[in-house]
Amino acid sequence: MRPKRQRLIMVIAMMAALGAAVAFMLVAFEENLVFFHSPSDVVEKGIEKGKRFRLGGMVEEDTVEKNGIVVTFKVTDFNQSVPVRYEGLLPDLFREGQGVVAEGRIGDGGIFVADTVLAKHDENYMAPEVAEALAKQGIDPAHGQKTLKQ
Amino acid sequence: MIAESGHFALILALLVALVQGTLPLIGAWRGYDMWVALARPAATAQFLLIAFAFASLTYAFVASDFSVANVFANSHSAKPMLYKVTGVWGNHEGSLLLWILILAAFGFMVSAFGGNLPARLRARVLSVQGLIGVGFLLFILFTSNPFERLDPAPLDGRGLNPLLQDPGLAFHPPFLYLGYVGLSIAFSFAVAALIEGRVDPAWARWVRPWTLLAWCFLTVGIAIGSWWAYYELGWGGWWFWDPVENASFMPWLAATALLHSAVVVEKRDALKSWTILLAILAFSLSLLGTFLVRSGVLNSVHAFATDPTRGVFILAFLVLVVGGSLTLFAVRAPALAPGGFFRPISREGSLVLNNALLVVITGAVLLGTLYPLFADALLNRKLTVGAPFFNLIFTLLMTPLLIAMAAGPLMAWKRGDLTGVLNRLKIALVAALVLGALTWMWLADGPMLAVLGMVLGGWLLVGTLQEWAGRVKLFRAPIGETLRRAGNLPRAAYGMTIAHIGVALVIFGITASETWTEERLMVMKPGQVVTVGGYDMEFLGAEPIQGPNYSSLQGRFRVTVAGEHITTMFPESRVYQNPPMETTEAAIRPTAASDLYAVVGESDGEGGYGVRLYHKPLISWIWIGSLVMVLGGFVSLSDRRLRVGIPSRSKAAASGAAAQA
Repeated sequence: MRPKRQRLIMVIAMMAALGAAVAFMLVAFEENLVFFHSPSDVVEKGIEKGKRFRLGGMVEEDTVEKNGIVVTFKVTDFNQSVPVRYEGLLPDLFREGQGVVAEGRIGDGGIFVADTVLAKHDENYMAPEVAEALAKQGIDPAHGQKTLKQ
Repeated sequence: MIAESGHFALILALLVALVQGTLPLIGAWRGYDMWVALARPAATAQFLLIAFAFASLTYAFVASDFSVANVFANSHSAKPMLYKVTGVWGNHEGSLLLWILILAAFGFMVSAFGGNLPARLRARVLSVQGLIGVGFLLFILFTSNPFERLDPAPLDGRGLNPLLQDPGLAFHPPFLYLGYVGLSIAFSFAVAALIEGRVDPAWARWVRPWTLLAWCFLTVGIAIGSWWAYYELGWGGWWFWDPVENASFMPWLAATALLHSAVVVEKRDALKSWTILLAILAFSLSLLGTFLVRSGVLNSVHAFATDPTRGVFILAFLVLVVGGSLTLFAVRAPALAPGGFFRPISREGSLVLNNALLVVITGAVLLGTLYPLFADALLNRKLTVGAPFFNLIFTLLMTPLLIAMAAGPLMAWKRGDLTGVLNRLKIALVAALVLGALTWMWLADGPMLAVLGMVLGGWLLVGTLQEWAGRVKLFRAPIGETLRRAGNLPRAAYGMTIAHIGVALVIFGITASETWTEERLMVMKPGQVVTVGGYDMEFLGAEPIQGPNYSSLQGRFRVTVAGEHITTMFPESRVYQNPPMETTEAAIRPTAASDLYAVVGESDGEGGYGVRLYHKPLISWIWIGSLVMVLGGFVSLSDRRLRVGIPSRSKAAASGAAAQA
């Protein structure tokens, strides 16, 4: 083969490899997007069972129950609430009446089985997704929450 | 008064930076030698002024002067002295002051050690540094003044976020910033070279030590950050692909690529425009990292700023720097003379592969980090990109990179002999396969990725050692000859060998800890014993204790193996008073072979406590390996040919531009 042709084939092969890599990357990317939903979204719109997502809202008062290391509680946006089951040590700032974000899937009986529970980094901070989800229900995010004085 | 003089020094520094950023640049262009000569004293003055401002703020923190708003918001009189000092950069304003202090210090170093740089190149480099300084000083003075006063002065401060009251995190920002800002030197050299229209091997020899230095600091900073996450967050994890982690990892990837491509410019006078582009990219990613972390678009322990004007300012500055430098690149890069040609199979070829893969990884991390922001702003969708995406891409692209990493250094420049190289790497291949087979047999039904990790780690480790052995003719020549050769090998070669061994250690650490971690999550009552990773851990109970500015629930575990006492571990769950906040202090018993990790949680009200226990094999190798990589960087830096200030452009003397030392 003449060098020109060699080079052409080489470039085509490289472009094909690059294209395949990008396509593959985007598929992997699409599959691993984790969406955020509020309790109202979950109850009213319904989320496909087994699909991984983040659930955020307030930990409903008087719903936290511990049985050994299994914890159950409800996450609410003051419109709807979703029962959550979590096995593990809760983060330091997990409290009733405070913001929380849980990551996991809807399991049997409509219970959200979380494998990660995130609370806040400090007293002043509330995850913006949670604040927005609450605002949608007409709730002042500062409710039951110290506001950040800046 | 001290605060006001600090503020005043910053204003003066801005004026000096304006002069430094303009006159030498124009002087170098028009040939006004007096303006060119301004660059060095300006860099020195700027450094001294900012150092004075920084010292003023530090004084306000140490003396607990709560009439300064920043001290009030981030300090407390009852805080230990160490954290009063580190509190200086434990907040938005102070951390920016640290950023600019390091920027000015690097400029000062170029001026002090750059005696044999051609005067015009030096003037241009310092001017570009000055312009970056102008941007950041404006930002500090107009949106984030650390010296603002409060009247009347409060009696006591609000305290520092307890998560930041930790030795690991206290020193994480300075190292990270030394890395971020160190890359500004490579950037300034790149822009200066574009203006000059000239890139040659001497240029690469000037740029490489600075990049290497920045890379070393960045590596230390990231390693400290992940180590902190490991012992402080209490989840046993050390890397979460969190956006703020990615923000520091992207410049690291780009800097790693830059280090390797600068070698090609230096040795072969090739890949010139690519190297310039990488230098611009690396610093742009540093700025992007600063923007992401400091603007408040990401919410985390790092995000101090909530004022939207700050985010807009940094974004505008970012657009200006990235857009400006890329435009300059587009205009000037075609004028750079193309350098030496090489075959795909060659040392250059393997370094190009390294660069391509590192840049693609950077792109993937960038996509995963920025997409949630775009989705939120443009599509109004709240989402995150899951760790599996990053893990998959990283594993997939690191595999060819690691394979090439052992083979590349054995290739000849220009035209390599793949069969010959593979022939020489037979031992490495056999070692890697044996290690893989052992792993496979040992794994009951664990992930096959573990086999891949062990094979790659073994291949890289043995391959790297073989390259060194080949150079010193180990066992092929009399021992005296080997010793003589070992002594004569340049430090830069040792640096490469050591750094690559460090990478192999990190691979082993990641693979083993991900595969063979044993976890126990349970409620334990005093006296109960549980076995984790061959260690018998007896829970002795938990009791409240009092610290200087916190109270704590301290658990106790007696660790024994076959009845023999090993150690006692004291995990804590702390409650800080100022500001009120709870933190988890994991107890860790690290050894070279494995870590024991214990966390104590809440009481179940019936005498039991929730506990989490881990046994993590080889996990400390992740950080040991990172430090070995850094050691390699410093060994390479000590190479005579690379020492900061030593290299000189051979033609420089002829043009009479610089005094040859």
